[in-house]
Amino acid sequence: MVGNLLLRGMMVGVLAGLLAFCFAKVYGEPYVDYAIAFEEHAGHAAGAAGASEEPEIVSRATQAGVGLFAGLAIYGAAVGGLSALAFAFANGRLGRMRPRSLAALIAALGFVAVVVVPQLKYPANPPAVGSADTIMARTELFFAMLAFSVVLMVATVMLARRLAERLGDWNAATVAGLVYVGVVAVMFAALPNIEEIPAAFSPAALWNFRIASIGVQAVLYAAIGLGFGAATEYAAGRAGRPARATSAAAAR
Amino acid sequence: MTNAAFATTAPTTARAEPIPVSTILPWAVFGGLMLLLTVYFVGAEEGATSLIGGSFVHEFVHDGRHLLGFPCH
Repeated sequence: MVGNLLLRGMMVGVLAGLLAFCFAKVYGEPYVDYAIAFEEHAGHAAGAAGASEEPEIVSRATQAGVGLFAGLAIYGAAVGGLSALAFAFANGRLGRMRPRSLAALIAALGFVAVVVVPQLKYPANPPAVGSADTIMARTELFFAMLAFSVVLMVATVMLARRLAERLGDWNAATVAGLVYVGVVAVMFAALPNIEEIPAAFSPAALWNFRIASIGVQAVLYAAIGLGFGAATEYAAGRAGRPARATSAAAAR
Repeated sequence: MTNAAFATTAPTTARAEPIPVSTILPWAVFGGLMLLLTVYFVGAEEGATSLIGGSFVHEFVHDGRHLLGFPCH
């Protein structure tokens, strides 16, 4: 049962990764290319003596093609699998919800916790933005933010579930959501900012890159949320409710 | 009141039978760990930390890492 869900989630995630790849290729890659050209130009300007060319281990074509696809497909499989585990825990424990509604809700909450909140504080950076000296600190801050955000989201859902008995579903979700936003606001104010954007870097390219980055994730999470729900209802219809499945088909 | 109205207008959405936590837990622990490890390889290997050395993984998933918003270099 759980194994089936996990496998389904990972397969949907790979397909979602393919969609995200198409989006990234069209809307993201131009700004990666710009940033790499900027980086090389800055390297040359810094002086031929100091700045030695980095050896090219993987060609740009591979990075922007197979490498990008592999990265997004593997990440998609992981997000899909983790969403499936969340689905296994939440199904039947978060009130009356059809599988597709629950899958969409999990994807939406996951998108907020994993993408929106961490990226609002520490947005995606193209190559050439960010100093090599601070990669350690930036990585620690980013993953600390990510972990805290996910734990906070899980706690928020559990709080909403507890409050629902007294306040009703809608009010409980509203109150828990406000608590979530409040804690996130405090966290944003408490954690240090990172501002390492080179002065000459095109603001438009940076903006477009960051929007594209959010877009890639939005495509991925939307595809997983909708795809996993649809696949789960299809599988349930085939297994246990042939009458409903045929009547739905007849209605179409 | 709204809950009751919702329940009467949506009779098909019966509460699903929850899968026992004891059934989910082994999958969650082992599956979850494996999946987090794959996220690590896409998102962080050979950035600030390196498990297998070299920089092939970093360079191969380079564009994906940037576009997914992970700190890369």
